[in-house]
Amino acid sequence: MQYLLLIYGQESDWWNIPPAQSGALIEEFGKFTQELTASGKNLGSNRLKDVASATTVRVRDGKRVVTDGPFAETKEQLGGYYLIEARDLDEAIAIAAKIPSARFGSVEVRPVFTMEQAAGR
Amino acid sequence: MDLEKLHREESGRVLATLIRLLGDFDLAEEMLQEAYAVALEKWPSEGEPSNQRAWLISTARHKAIDRIRRDQRWEVKRQEIAKTAPLSAPPAAESEVDSTDDMFPDDQLRLIFTCCHPALAVESQVALTLHTICGITTEEISKAFLTPMPTMAQRLVRAKRKIRDANVPYRVPPPEDLPDRLDAVRLIVYLIFNEGYFASGGDSLIRRELCAEAIRLGRVLCQLLPRDTETHTLLALMLLHDSRRDARVSADRELILLEDQDRAQWHADQIREGTALLESALRAGAAGPYALQASIAALHANAKTSAETDWPQIAALYSALLKINPSPVIEVNRAVAVSLARSPEEGLALLDDLAVRAELADFHLLPAARADILRRLGKHAEAAGAYRRALALATNDVERRFFRRRLSEVSS
Repeated sequence: MQYLLLIYGQESDWWNIPPAQSGALIEEFGKFTQELTASGKNLGSNRLKDVASATTVRVRDGKRVVTDGPFAETKEQLGGYYLIEARDLDEAIAIAAKIPSARFGSVEVRPVFTMEQAAGR
Repeated sequence: MDLEKLHREESGRVLATLIRLLGDFDLAEEMLQEAYAVALEKWPSEGEPSNQRAWLISTARHKAIDRIRRDQRWEVKRQEIAKTAPLSAPPAAESEVDSTDDMFPDDQLRLIFTCCHPALAVESQVALTLHTICGITTEEISKAFLTPMPTMAQRLVRAKRKIRDANVPYRVPPPEDLPDRLDAVRLIVYLIFNEGYFASGGDSLIRRELCAEAIRLGRVLCQLLPRDTETHTLLALMLLHDSRRDARVSADRELILLEDQDRAQWHADQIREGTALLESALRAGAAGPYALQASIAALHANAKTSAETDWPQIAALYSALLKINPSPVIEVNRAVAVSLARSPEEGLALLDDLAVRAELADFHLLPAARADILRRLGKHAEAAGAYRRALALATNDVERRFFRRRLSEVSS
């Protein structure tokens, strides 16, 4: 049986942690990930970039509707996910629009956090 | 040398190329500022370069390279830039950079499509377009939109961060995406124009500037996309509206209706240009919402007097517009056109049909249109009631003063 573990929290909490503590937290995350991977139970995990980088994609009446921001409809629930490799946001949006649920639900497109990009700023 | 003028005219184009070369909005903006500082220092004594745009690009690029060499954090970026631009070259001789401006005509389009990307909120698209392409300061934009300066600054920062973090591509969209993306670009340009043309608050000089910037953007788009007829009709529409700018507000900032405007004050050159643009676009098959609106504007602009206005055709154009673009404003405008084309009674009947719709209950232009038709019919008591209703619903000061004025006319 596979399970998807979704991590929720307030982004502002994360940014307000003093550097010493956040360093410890990152270490703790690293240790947890390592142990989980060693146990053969980690099938894949990622940190996501800030929710401000989110885009929501819907297809209505055959037309693609792209909006800024995360998916914010409380009436709908998370039903699945695809982790994809895309050249840029436009390609990610194009793929998101092809997911059948985009026609009746919504697909949130969130970039995955990478250390390389973080160092590039 | 007028550096401010240069900034206004060139910054959009220079930034467009710098953003592509450096791959970063903020770095490009900062380096352009530094290049201007060098220009301010050197040009008065050494003379102005013959190709100022190329000089600015080259100087800013070298400033960026210096910055990146000094700063370890930029190592990844340095490698990226190394792929796009020769890093080791000494400051390019003028002969070498002379052609830079014509080498990348697509950079401006790239920048326009990136600033008007649908993954950004509409208000961010507007702000980013004005700031990055038009070179308008954050302070001026915040004044124009009556938004506190820190809010506007934050909006720009967030928009640029999203472009970077979500990896919004810096390119002209592929053909299959182009129609939708162009719709979005035209919408932003028209929003900027409308903000300048219709809103009442704020500094009137800045508002007029917004109209001028929207028209300038329209011209750039038409130049870059010579075969896109819908964009040509958007430019025509803006030119035709804007031709009335001096006649539509009185010296004491009161609204003057189309029928009461002094047509001698309309800018004939703009009417000619707008009409010619529209006609050639219509011949080429343009039939979208901007084409229809521009056609209506052209009928108004080319009527010698208010009485000579071709109301039947305007009513028909509004009907066509309603089919592609249903909106209460267009419904009301069509009813007014019908009242003038056929009879006031027919116009009133159309307005009555609209009045029963719940979503139009608070729409002030509905009682305002009704009041105006009643006033023409000489039914002053009924007109007064409708003006009172319009006054109660309107939030715009200029409109409220106008309704009050009309109310006192029909009440006396």
